[in-house]
Amino acid sequence: MDLYEYQAKDLFAKHGVPTQSGTVVHHHDDAHGAASDIDNMVVVKAQVKVGGRGKAGGVKLAKTPEEAVEHAQNILGLDIKGHTVKKILITEASDIEEEYYVSFLLDRSNRNFLAMASVEGGMDIEEVAATKPEALAKVAIDPIDGVDLAKAQEIVAAANFPADVADKVADVLVTLWQTFVNEDATLVEVNPLVKDPAGNILALDGKVTLDDNASFRHKDHEALVDIEAEDPLELKAKEKGLNYVKLDGSVGIIGNGAGLVMSTLDVVAYAGEKHGDVKPANFLDIGGGASAQVMADGLDVILGDEQVKSVFVNVFGGITACDAVANGIVQALNLLADSGTPVTKPLVVRLDGNNAAEGRAILKEAGLEIVELVDTMDGAADRAAELANA
Amino acid sequence: MAIYINNDSRVLVQGITGSEGTKHTNRMLESGTNIVAGVTPGKGGQTVEAENGTSIPVFNSVSEAVEATQANVSVIFVPPAFTKGAVIEAVDAGVPLAVVITEGVPVHDTAEFFTYAERSGTTRIIGPNCPGLISPGQSNVGIIPASISGPGRIGLVSKSGTLTYQMMFELRDIGFTTAVGIGGDPIIGTTHIDCLQAFQDDPDTDAIVMIGEIGGDAEERAAAYIGENITKPVVGYVAGFTAPEGKTMGHAGAIVSGSSGTAQAKKEALEAVGVKVGKTPSETAALMREVINSL
Repeated sequence: MDLYEYQAKDLFAKHGVPTQSGTVVHHHDDAHGAASDIDNMVVVKAQVKVGGRGKAGGVKLAKTPEEAVEHAQNILGLDIKGHTVKKILITEASDIEEEYYVSFLLDRSNRNFLAMASVEGGMDIEEVAATKPEALAKVAIDPIDGVDLAKAQEIVAAANFPADVADKVADVLVTLWQTFVNEDATLVEVNPLVKDPAGNILALDGKVTLDDNASFRHKDHEALVDIEAEDPLELKAKEKGLNYVKLDGSVGIIGNGAGLVMSTLDVVAYAGEKHGDVKPANFLDIGGGASAQVMADGLDVILGDEQVKSVFVNVFGGITACDAVANGIVQALNLLADSGTPVTKPLVVRLDGNNAAEGRAILKEAGLEIVELVDTMDGAADRAAELANA
Repeated sequence: MAIYINNDSRVLVQGITGSEGTKHTNRMLESGTNIVAGVTPGKGGQTVEAENGTSIPVFNSVSEAVEATQANVSVIFVPPAFTKGAVIEAVDAGVPLAVVITEGVPVHDTAEFFTYAERSGTTRIIGPNCPGLISPGQSNVGIIPASISGPGRIGLVSKSGTLTYQMMFELRDIGFTTAVGIGGDPIIGTTHIDCLQAFQDDPDTDAIVMIGEIGGDAEERAAAYIGENITKPVVGYVAGFTAPEGKTMGHAGAIVSGSSGTAQAKKEALEAVGVKVGKTPSETAALMREVINSL
């Protein structure tokens, strides 16, 4: 889960990373009070989970509370790279003498963690990495040893921080590492980390990504989920424990296993090239179980998407036998009919693997008009695409 | 021959008394796996009576189990919160191969136990979040259905469980030396590269299928490795061409971030070193069939 800047800063504060507090407002009227509380110039910052806010006009300085309201009015509702601004952070403006960059992240390739630091902060770090790689220090972090003061000093030295801030930045790195480890983050980034004229070091902006797999030991992370910003179908699926991602096409997809479902999306997209360029409508992995209830929940979510014109159920019977899946499909359609939402859109089903013949026989015997059996994955994808284009 | 597991594999099951552990112990036994022990802390001294009549002793710790049974493979079915401890226990007991089936392990835990295993130098880890591996006719460690395919000449390595099953099914007439599901998490103990080299060194493997998916750069690294070190024919498949940026597609590691981790980049990297890459699983199987027929 990616966090908003204000949420990241809350976590920073919790672990002792120096940062400024601020007020989050959802309506421009509230900006006046928030700005009045701060006895200084304020910054009005769009809260969206995407970079490039400044360039898009999502970050503005205000000298007076009135000016803050005006900026808030302009920024709320702004579209930044497809993200609509629904909240803004109002925080004290800082005098900036220098801007740095520091982060800890998961290094998949080396199967450990990585510290990155640069005295050239404030801009897009991928650009720094591409155009001036020597300005970005990268230090591998051993997952067992972690970052103590000595390691932090090593990072600071590698990035050539000036002597007058070296100790302070090292301290920040230790607390930032605490944030990374204790919150089970896969990324903590401060850009910029600034030095003000008094020589104080402050995290002015922050980006944090949390590991969803670790949520069982962070009950407080649940409160960080922004329910408003979630796709309503994805939210509904999550409540039912389904792994669903909404896409833009018209062929609904249900399958078992993440790899097979990803592959199914691709195969449908290829098939769609011959049928009016129809595309997959979603990713939905029902996992190994494929019981009637799971199948009914899955169909319910998918058919809640009005763009969907046909559904492709692609199951390879591994541990789950195909006859159980077929029974699941039949019962799911009955369940949905009984609940007053009968399925009327065509269902193309491909069953292979364990007990495939039995499964197919069950579907044939059920004589469901909307269900069409196709033997191969490629063939079924083609038929589902054709039906979506009809 | 085969890679990593064979007729000499003596398997212990960590978490044997849990529902998944018990269910898959029965399945593994049914497919001929030599399961010699189970471990569940606090249940030492009990036995698990398997459906096929085998009685499997349960121990409190991996070290006790290894001492009593000379187990040399551990398969781990414990819940995510206890996985790190379970793997570290297997490493401390010197088990040469630990196969972590558990899905949903925090990546900080995986990073830690992987580093721990690397330091020990004694234990190879496969997974987490993987279906395990099978050397058909010899040993089956994990949850891959043994009924899909018998033994043969192909080696398979895949991030995805169901795509492993699908590919084994499509090529079941040729058969497999070993099929390894390495898992879809951001950090995994055994990589495509490890398996490619093991298949290269296995005299019974004539050709290799490599299945990848979006996220990370493991496939690109594997491609570079193939160019330098692998002389056996490799056929590839990559899933996730239509995956949108920034969305996790089921597997924790399957995410395109910015321009990195795309299926297109992986396909191009593989093709650049002469690997034929199928557009769909069935096309990939057809490519492998051509390769086998031309050998």
